[in-house]
Amino acid sequence: MSSKIQDQSIVKVGIADLNVVTAPDMIRTSGLGSCVGVVLYNIQKETAGMAHVMLPDSSLGKQASLNKYKYADTAIDILVDRLCSKGIRKSQLKAKLAGGAQMFQINTANDIMRIGKRNVEAVLQKLEEHKIPVESSDVGGNYGRTIEFNPQTGKLKIRTITKGEHVI
Amino acid sequence: MNYQQFSTIQLDALKEIGNIGAGNAATSMSRLIQKKVDMEVPSIEIVAFDDVMEMVGGPEHLIVGILFQIHGKAPGMVYLLFTIEEAESLVRQMTNNDEISFTQQDELAVSALQEAGNILAGSYLTALSDFTNINMQPSVPHLSVDMAGAILTVGLLQVSEVYDFAIIINTKINDTEENNQGINGQLLLLPSPESFTKIFQALGIQSYE
Repeated sequence: MSSKIQDQSIVKVGIADLNVVTAPDMIRTSGLGSCVGVVLYNIQKETAGMAHVMLPDSSLGKQASLNKYKYADTAIDILVDRLCSKGIRKSQLKAKLAGGAQMFQINTANDIMRIGKRNVEAVLQKLEEHKIPVESSDVGGNYGRTIEFNPQTGKLKIRTITKGEHVI
Repeated sequence: MNYQQFSTIQLDALKEIGNIGAGNAATSMSRLIQKKVDMEVPSIEIVAFDDVMEMVGGPEHLIVGILFQIHGKAPGMVYLLFTIEEAESLVRQMTNNDEISFTQQDELAVSALQEAGNILAGSYLTALSDFTNINMQPSVPHLSVDMAGAILTVGLLQVSEVYDFAIIINTKINDTEENNQGINGQLLLLPSPESFTKIFQALGIQSYE
């Protein structure tokens, strides 16, 4: 390879969406509320995948054709497969996550309002199943987050409106 | 029921419902602030989740959102959305105080805005209720000043168990006064998936064309 500096781009992940990038590219998702942004990465290979998970469990789905990127359990399985297909062993993966807020304090019998917490629990459970260690996380609260991951440094930058910006 | 199978008549009926609601809300609001309030003819948006955020400036865009749950026979959500400037202008007119600035920490500003929300959402839903003969009651207002993505996802969760897109009855509230002295904002109605059937049945248009 030449020493030419490659163009760096930031790959965006939408709601109920996922993608995989390799350095120098970065990966970002915006406006996480109760949704959880899950990053699986391997520093040696400078590769990372990110999912923007909306609901905890695909068994909740009442859809005929399931959008597998929407649920914690199915999205993480796909992310693991995608990364493994790039020559990374599952045992070499690490995870970071952010989001899972409760934006409105709504008192209701309906579980859907506590979805942030359930999303986080579902993600952690799935990562445990895959034996992928969680390096750091920033979850809960009642505010939105935009996250950006750099697969070269393994750093996850978190931007908020009221709590400023920090890196985990 | 599949959104894509909605007939033209059904879509027109949704638009008309939104129109009746908006008319009633505009009248109540203009009585409150003693100024003309104009609400546009609503549009029916059938959009993917990412595009819902784009409707209000993108997922990271800072907005003031007031959320009402709809209780009753046809559940759903109503959002009132403002920019910080729009919220501030509305609060100033309600309090007759031009010094006031809108922050989430200012209790007076927040309660004034919530009260405006109560009146708008309340009169909007009353008109819908009267027209369809379906009982619909707004909850107490829930206010948040944050990223559009974080605020709007709450309203998409119920739909997201069934679909990958939302149907939104979108009404713009327009300033008709000079010097930005009126009010501006946006009202979104998001019926729950099962509510469409109930609304169409109530209007006698449940069957497809």
